[in-house]
Amino acid sequence: MGRLSEFEIGQSGRVVAVEGHDPVGRRLLEMGLTQGCPVTLVGTAPLGDPLELEVRGYRLSVRRSEAARVEVESA
Amino acid sequence: MSISTRKDTLRIAMVGNPNTGKSTLFNALSGMRQRVGNYPGVTVETKTGSLTLNGCTVQLVDLPGTYSLAPQSPDEMVAIDVLLGCRGCEPADMVIVIVDASNLERNLYLVSQVLELRRPTLLALNMTDIARSRGLVLDVELLEKQLQIPVVPIQANRRLGLDRLKSRIESLCENGGVAVVGDPLAGTGSVFPEPFQDELAGLAELLADRPLPRYLVERLLLDCGGYLEHELLADRSPDVHAQLAAARRRLAEAGHAVPGVEAQARYAWVDRVLEGVVTRPDRRMQTWSDRIDAVLTHKLGGTLIFLVLMMVVFQSVFRWAEPLMGWTEAAMALVGDLAGAALAAGALRSLIVDGVVAGVGSVLVFLPQIFILFLFIALLEDCGYMARAAYLMDKLMVRAGLSGKSFIPLLSSFACAIPGIMATRVIENRRDRLTTILVAPLMSCSARLPVYTLLIAAFVPQTDYLGGIVTLPGLTLLAMYLLGILVAVAVALLLKRTLLKGETPPFVMELPSYKWPSLRVVLYRMFERGWAFVRRAGTLIFAVAIVVWAAAYYPHDTSRVDPLITQRLEQLDKQLAAATDAQKTEVEKWEQERDDLQNEQAGELLRHSFLGMAGQAIEPVVKPLGWDWRIGCAAIASFPAREVVVSTLGVIYNLGTDTDEESPALKNQLQAATWPHSGQPVFTLPVALSIMVFFALCAQCAATLVVIRRETGSWRWPLFTFVYMTLLAYIGALMTYQAGSWLMGA
Repeated sequence: MGRLSEFEIGQSGRVVAVEGHDPVGRRLLEMGLTQGCPVTLVGTAPLGDPLELEVRGYRLSVRRSEAARVEVESA
Repeated sequence: MSISTRKDTLRIAMVGNPNTGKSTLFNALSGMRQRVGNYPGVTVETKTGSLTLNGCTVQLVDLPGTYSLAPQSPDEMVAIDVLLGCRGCEPADMVIVIVDASNLERNLYLVSQVLELRRPTLLALNMTDIARSRGLVLDVELLEKQLQIPVVPIQANRRLGLDRLKSRIESLCENGGVAVVGDPLAGTGSVFPEPFQDELAGLAELLADRPLPRYLVERLLLDCGGYLEHELLADRSPDVHAQLAAARRRLAEAGHAVPGVEAQARYAWVDRVLEGVVTRPDRRMQTWSDRIDAVLTHKLGGTLIFLVLMMVVFQSVFRWAEPLMGWTEAAMALVGDLAGAALAAGALRSLIVDGVVAGVGSVLVFLPQIFILFLFIALLEDCGYMARAAYLMDKLMVRAGLSGKSFIPLLSSFACAIPGIMATRVIENRRDRLTTILVAPLMSCSARLPVYTLLIAAFVPQTDYLGGIVTLPGLTLLAMYLLGILVAVAVALLLKRTLLKGETPPFVMELPSYKWPSLRVVLYRMFERGWAFVRRAGTLIFAVAIVVWAAAYYPHDTSRVDPLITQRLEQLDKQLAAATDAQKTEVEKWEQERDDLQNEQAGELLRHSFLGMAGQAIEPVVKPLGWDWRIGCAAIASFPAREVVVSTLGVIYNLGTDTDEESPALKNQLQAATWPHSGQPVFTLPVALSIMVFFALCAQCAATLVVIRRETGSWRWPLFTFVYMTLLAYIGALMTYQAGSWLMGA
């Protein structure tokens, strides 16, 4: 178990939980990062932040600080 | 169940995620029959179009793109108001949800919310070509069966499938009403687990004295402590609040804690619906979009391509716009000359030539730049790069208190703040958007260049460094640009800590797949936005230009002009009228003398006009900046647009209006100008720098202020912008002059 923000590029896993009920937490859920959903870290922006994820068949950009809210288990 | 109401006009609302081609479909359906609707108190706008189907008039409402119908602000409430009919508007008769066929899973999240509104709904399955290119096979019939609503595959950008879409709309609005056939959610069952439905029923009963639509009750239960609770429960009894909290507690105990239960339940429903509908290739296909993305977001390559791309955009705006702007100016000058020749001298001629033509010109001259910028913005948006640009620049912009989405609007503002401010619509967070709008005018736009060029050429010594690679004039110009950027960063940080304080908005956004931009879509957006500027800002800029003209013309007291000048002019006119061919050299001399005297007369009249009086009245205020009343006067006259300062200085220094920043005569005049009593030169290096700093930071652009008014929906923000920028400009100019004089004196 770890945080999505700690993933290496190319690493995949499944979402365990998203922390927080504020707009950031809600948006992460709305965009599909629900429990059990597979997620892959595709890459990062040149300055190391934000991250590019592959989730539910599309590309999603999140900041590292936001990805730290997502608890994941490595596949 | 079948409802059928007879109506003259049907209202159809269009909803969808961002980047699904919703606006493209809207444009394809309604063509040119569109107008923009503004709702009081909100900054989003909804477009309304109309079309005729089967003899029935259909009003189409394009709602802002959204990932979810969970309103957190008045802006987001607009969609709910239109769909459910609150605050005096009737509910939409039908809803068209546009979804991206290549991304059904996430798109159906919004669909599940729309279906709960219990309005007749039609699903437009867009971008079927992209889905195919990814190897996805969709069973449309099965999807239709699962959702129990009509599903129509389309390709909006190529206008494919629109006839089928229209005929499905027609068949739904038989008899002039809309029929609801069955319960859309009956096939797959309710989205939410049973305990949640029970709580929902309980809450609805509690609110039964003034019932709310079912969907809003559901949102009340889901959106803890949010905007809706505040909005909908403000005047209800405290008991309701307690019951609501208790209901949420019970749900949490049952393992369905809000708000997490919503996403969990909806995506579970989506999985049920899509069972067997989407067949994916065994191995995920590496699409060309993926390959492009790997290059364009690459650490080194991606950054390099980004920088080159931005440079190309920027260069082309200047390179392409320059000749067009030159032609526009030449054409306006020609129109002015023709009008001048056709009319007798007097107030009317001056109004037409210096007021109307110049006023129209001041709107038109920026159009080439504005259109070219809108063209690039539309191109970047349509091919999917816009989101990547935000992604690439986010970390940098976060340091300035903004997000990556502010980058393109601010970059555009270096050419012209107007398209920059209009491009901030991609920023959905209100505070981020406002901050970007408020600092955009600090970017040194192209209208400041004439001011910089004139003053640098006249007063900054041509000193070379590093063998001529770096020059002092070049460094001065660079310093002006940097000044704008640094002040903008400081102002943005300050605003985000004070007036526009709040939680950092999420940067959780989709990076849409790349696609070939559609020429039709790109051109349409360019003209739509450019035209919006002309129509809404044009009239006001024009009005301001007329007011400034009047201030510079009246009271037009000719008795103030030295009688000798008037006499000599009359004499010259007579001599010229009586001149014969043999007197060619004399005629030239007389004409020259007449022009000079006329310029002197115009200068004298301007000095005694209301504008001149105002300039003299504010001299004590501008004197600490090292300015005389003439510069103050030119600064006031340049309120409609900064570059006007150059031609106003031309008139004040008796050179007529046809001076520009490269005119040697104006340069010489400025260098020769002296203070009346001491005989000291007015323009020294510190004064020139103080004027440049003032123009770098001031808000002397009526068009920008009008556009801010339009984008923010109130006069408060343009007023704020004007006050804060003028204050900064004054302080900046004061510090520059005082420090400069001290250094030069020391």
